[in-house]
Amino acid sequence: MTLLGKLDWSAVPFDQPIVMGTVGVMVVAIVSVLSWVTLRGYVRYLWREWITSVDHKRIGVMYIVLALVMLLRGFADGIMMRTQQGIAAGGAQGYLPPEHFDQIFSAHGTIMIFFVAMPLVIGLMNFVVPLQLGARDVAFPTMNSISFWLTASGVLLTNLSLAIGEFAKTGWFAYPPLSELQFSPGVGVDYYLWSLQISGVGTLLSGVNFVTTILKIRAPGMSYMRMPVFCWTALASNLLMVAAFPVLTALFAMLLLDRYLGFHFFTVDAGGNAMMYVNLFWVWGHPEVYILVLPAFGVYSEVAATFSGKSLFGYRSMVLATMAICVLSYTVWLHHFFTMGASASVNAFFGITSMIIGVPTGVKVFNWLFTMYGGRVRFTVPVLWTIGFMVTFVFGGLTGVLLALPAVDWQVHNSVFLVAHFHHVIIPGVLFGAIAGYNYWFPKAFGFKLDERWGKAAFWCWFIGFHLAFMPLYVTGLMGMPRRLQHSDVLAWQPWLLVAEVGAIVIFAGIICQIVQIVVSIRHREQLRDTTGDPWNGRTLEWSTASPPPAWNFAVLPRVDGLDAFWAHKQRVLAKQELPVQQHAYRSIEVPKNSPVGFVTAFFAVVTGFALIWHIWWMAGFGVLGAVATLLAFMFRTKDEVEIPADEVALFDRAHPVEVSL
Amino acid sequence: MRSILLASVLIGASLLGGCTEGVLNPKGPIALAERQILINATGIMLAIVIPVVIATLGVAFWFRASNERAHYRPDFTYSGRIELLVWSVPLMTVLLVGTVAWVSSYDLDPPKPIASSTKAIKVQAVSLDWKWLFIYPELGVASVNHLTIPVGTPVSFELTSSGVMNSFFVPQLAGQIYTMAGMVTRLNMRADYAGTYRGLSANFSGDGFADMHFKVDATPSERFAQWVSSTSSAGLVLDLKTYADLARPSAAVTPFTYHSVAAGLFDSIRMSSTQSDDALCRSYPTSMRAER
Repeated sequence: MTLLGKLDWSAVPFDQPIVMGTVGVMVVAIVSVLSWVTLRGYVRYLWREWITSVDHKRIGVMYIVLALVMLLRGFADGIMMRTQQGIAAGGAQGYLPPEHFDQIFSAHGTIMIFFVAMPLVIGLMNFVVPLQLGARDVAFPTMNSISFWLTASGVLLTNLSLAIGEFAKTGWFAYPPLSELQFSPGVGVDYYLWSLQISGVGTLLSGVNFVTTILKIRAPGMSYMRMPVFCWTALASNLLMVAAFPVLTALFAMLLLDRYLGFHFFTVDAGGNAMMYVNLFWVWGHPEVYILVLPAFGVYSEVAATFSGKSLFGYRSMVLATMAICVLSYTVWLHHFFTMGASASVNAFFGITSMIIGVPTGVKVFNWLFTMYGGRVRFTVPVLWTIGFMVTFVFGGLTGVLLALPAVDWQVHNSVFLVAHFHHVIIPGVLFGAIAGYNYWFPKAFGFKLDERWGKAAFWCWFIGFHLAFMPLYVTGLMGMPRRLQHSDVLAWQPWLLVAEVGAIVIFAGIICQIVQIVVSIRHREQLRDTTGDPWNGRTLEWSTASPPPAWNFAVLPRVDGLDAFWAHKQRVLAKQELPVQQHAYRSIEVPKNSPVGFVTAFFAVVTGFALIWHIWWMAGFGVLGAVATLLAFMFRTKDEVEIPADEVALFDRAHPVEVSL
Repeated sequence: MRSILLASVLIGASLLGGCTEGVLNPKGPIALAERQILINATGIMLAIVIPVVIATLGVAFWFRASNERAHYRPDFTYSGRIELLVWSVPLMTVLLVGTVAWVSSYDLDPPKPIASSTKAIKVQAVSLDWKWLFIYPELGVASVNHLTIPVGTPVSFELTSSGVMNSFFVPQLAGQIYTMAGMVTRLNMRADYAGTYRGLSANFSGDGFADMHFKVDATPSERFAQWVSSTSSAGLVLDLKTYADLARPSAAVTPFTYHSVAAGLFDSIRMSSTQSDDALCRSYPTSMRAER
């Protein structure tokens, strides 16, 4: 046993030009960003205002920045796969050997689910939920910072696998026995497991934090049935996180015991049973789909109501549908493996429960439709994403019901038809929603709107590119093409795969448009400035404070006496029953004190994870001790809040009057 | 527009299905029934989905803010009748498609024997890294990466795996089923037309996965009898020792046959994976990175 465990220079793939090139580009990018920050003297600012911040708005923004950066990485993996499959037909081997291709599709899935979709929805919830609830922060602000930095640790470890060692070659769900030591002796699966264990702790803490916040910290008068629908979907999503993520953590712990200590939970020998892994993985995995999609449904509800100038149609139905999906999501996991040979009754039962989830989902689509009915629909960028979602998602739902029919599933499971289906629900369902939310709440976060023209261009590229990229996969799936194929001898699939490649390029154009959108918007921020705090004629409480909101969110906590509290207030102002700006007796406000504990804990978590992956036991011990010591030091601190004097609150509030713009 | 695109994709697919291998061009009763369910369920749902898409686009367009003729009704936020409608339309659809799901799960249950006047032949399939072994226990022969079956005769499969999970799939004849070490899954199929069909593993199983496909020859029964007699007259013997050679990881293996098979081999393959001192388990390099 050596000082560095399994780690030596052979871990760096110097012989692979594609990997080394990517690593080179990433190193150059990171070094240039860091040196720019240092040279411009932003280090102190970043440390004080962002890295150690426990403000839910800042943490939300950091989650979304993290997700958008990882979207680029995940997309790069995606387009590499499309290119490989496009050219490796009829005996050609393409440019990616199997051991590299296998890592790419595993990393693509892992990154897109855990490090793009999750941070996007958690970031939006972080930014929006306390503002919509009329609260000053989440229930546990420092824990919130720990959650974020642990997610970032998982991201860092996953990306480290590119340069040092390898990533899993097992697909993103790492089914044993393939993921067991016997068949995957390298460090790839360990990178996968430890990255997700560490970020999974962060996600679980987020869930606990938001459930507590939504249940316990709401503005005076905001009863459950007066909460905005986004908060309801956030509640459902976080309840699912709290209940589902421990299953994943326990499952990965079992696989880690198999791999590190010679246990036999899922091995082929000594009584291990891989079917248990498959079951437990999807007991987490299917609720995970709704963890992602429910907050996006919440965004669509807010966008549809705001830009139609109407309350959401059938609010009670929407709440009921959300909570029904939340519960039903636990009853369908077996539809991920109808092909495992369960009895006819079991298959039929889970097929029908899977279809039943379509009922509340269908109700939601109808209610968005009737929200627009009788409204005054403004075709802003968030509305385009919402309508684009509605007309796309229903077809994704259609193929979903097909897959819920066991007899059809046997024919298309594990094929690219399945790949097309879940991209057909996750891209419109989650990503479109997150982008709609990003365009919708951006002015609230930064005080200026995003450019409309580039935003619309991005939408059309994504919308057209999405259909070009994934519709052909339905066809090749029906032609019998399995997923995860490094090369094929069937030339009939190739034209369709090349169309899909073109689609991926069109999506890439959409991503470029989004980058241009943000650059253009920053350059024209003075023309796009939102001085009112209410750029869209909003309905919920986040629009009743300044853009960007102060650290304390609301100078005086709003009183809520119905749904759409801010809209109701504006109506009363219009009817001259209420003054636009009321005179307040300002009081001093306590806000949570910034803390480096999240960042430091996450640093030790990375050390621990890296050490465990490479079997460097002394370093793992050091990392665990460091993390525990950091948390202990945090627990014993005496001062955890900063008082903002009443004068300062008053000064800010008077300088930022919320205008009623109708 | 969406519906037109999807419809054209489906039409394109079914046209293509007519001339290529795939689930839309079934050659046996199981795959035929499965395709029928696929088409019926798609039809039922398109009847709902297409009007919804048209309504969405129509409502959004008509109620655009600039349309003076549209009637603004900010208080239209609840209607009991519409609520009843929006809950019952999806519910009815699910009732209908759910019934199809229930009935077809039983009718087409993979282990269920196919009713037939001719006696089914048995095939034991083993997925190995990265090839398929087919044992004909009643005929005493075996083949690798090539499955020969008689037309019109039901084939009853027992399947297992030497190690990692795979999925046995012949799209034109029947749906797929997983192969798992230490366990046996069952599948039944029948080819009604002579021909050569594509078979494959659908579940990713490692570096050699892309080459884990095989040809299925459905031949008339006299040709099948010929194949059996020529196979059993020459070739290798499949016993535990030659099986151990076969089980070493290899990809893109050219099909070959065994002229005789040790009795009970399939069961010992299934059992062997439950023993921890299995020599086969040790044939992997300790570090994939070092190997590179």
